[in-house]
Amino acid sequence: MDFPFLLETARTLSSGIPLTLVLAVLSVSLGIVLAVLLASMRLWGPRWLSLFARAYVFVFRGTPLLVQMFLIYYGLGQFEAVRHSFLWPVLREPFWCAILSLSLNTGAYGSEIVRGAFLAVPFGQIEAAKACGMSTTLAFRRILLPQAVRLALPAYGTELILLVKATSLTSIITLMEITGVAARLISETYRVVEVFVVAGALYLAINFVLTRIVAFAEHRLTAHLRARPATRGVAAGDAEAEDVVISGERA
Amino acid sequence: MTEDAVRLRGLRKSFGDHEVLKGINLAAAQGEVVSILGSSGSGKSTMLRCINLLEIPTAGEVWVGNERIELVTDKKGISRPADPKKVQAIRARVSMVFQSFNLWSHKTVLENVVEAPIHVQKRDRAEVMEEARALLDKVGIADKHDFYPSHLSGGQQQRAAIARALAMHPDVLLFDEPTSALDPELVGEVLRVMRALADEGRTMLVVTHEMSFARDVSNRVVFLHQGVIDCEGAPQDLFNGGGSERFAQFASS
Repeated sequence: MDFPFLLETARTLSSGIPLTLVLAVLSVSLGIVLAVLLASMRLWGPRWLSLFARAYVFVFRGTPLLVQMFLIYYGLGQFEAVRHSFLWPVLREPFWCAILSLSLNTGAYGSEIVRGAFLAVPFGQIEAAKACGMSTTLAFRRILLPQAVRLALPAYGTELILLVKATSLTSIITLMEITGVAARLISETYRVVEVFVVAGALYLAINFVLTRIVAFAEHRLTAHLRARPATRGVAAGDAEAEDVVISGERA
Repeated sequence: MTEDAVRLRGLRKSFGDHEVLKGINLAAAQGEVVSILGSSGSGKSTMLRCINLLEIPTAGEVWVGNERIELVTDKKGISRPADPKKVQAIRARVSMVFQSFNLWSHKTVLENVVEAPIHVQKRDRAEVMEEARALLDKVGIADKHDFYPSHLSGGQQQRAAIARALAMHPDVLLFDEPTSALDPELVGEVLRVMRALADEGRTMLVVTHEMSFARDVSNRVVFLHQGVIDCEGAPQDLFNGGGSERFAQFASS
């Protein structure tokens, strides 16, 4: 084993980590918004919006992400209208094409998770919110969404991991994230195994941290689903009681 | 004469072709406790749910205090409230206690109680908190204020739900079979709380199967059968043979 080379490779590939993270974080953020929108359209929208959401999910789940990325990166520029639109300065950048395709794709998968979570919130609790005089938006914000987030989190964690790995595809449209840097290094050194092993290890490390974050969030948000501990140190009803996250960790 | 707290006039409700309520006239005076009895499918829960518009009546009038909920019928013949804002305002004045409690499971008991007063009625937070603790004390679960609903027994959950209903300072309390989902040994603790509320002079409409509550606590009993009021009257009259034959049969079964 050539440890100095592995170390040197790790250092080189690390330069791709920030871009991988930026791609992942931005796409996830946009993707979640899209997922909630699509799920809402599907569940509560008028018929034509609901059908649109279904068709969208069908297309984006049913075709490879790589094909979608190519279509957006190479395809959009074929249209005169796109090239002359105010969006062109954004759409001609590979970075934004990558963000766009990743977000559109994860939004489709995410919407099914979110839809399931919305459906799993007991109807009686929504009815209780209405009976208290809550408007639809208030009931959504205070009752439905907080519970749906808790229900969606375990499945969404998997989707996040998939997305982190999917960012490696953006190397094909010239982005120098971890895989992009690795590919360049291989063309310089011809040491495929070492470089890709290190690249894989980096993804593993990122996903390890991500898994821990999701597990932590899940733990914080699901105190009501666990058996109650015998004693508690923190009194509820203080200034934080309004927040979705309540009274912190338990012993 | 004071105005009625709740008044229903010619109330009808259909689900598809099935007419559940066939013209109900009912008024509850301020401070009156009305028990609504009837076998399953008689429409008693539907009637109660029409009062706070969880079900939209097909026809008829719903009055809460001196406010009438205007209904409009759309092109497809489906009725809906003319003004959703007004529905919300009326719901805030009419609290409901459900058969299956329907506490918000991601909030502690105290948070359940203060949620609507703070976010719907926009009342002062500190004041609401203080009052909520007093209400929890009143229903006997002050020590459980920071428990989540899933950590409580059914009886405790229902008492928390009653505290949540009271926190809105409602003009009318609706109870939709409040003890039907409880183990027999837990029914008593909920009925005790309801009895105390009746003694306070609160206006209550109670759909129930608890004959003892109907007989001993309520001022009036209304017996529904197949979507119409079969008979009504003071409990001492009805339970002593003053009702219809059908009621006598129902009460003895």
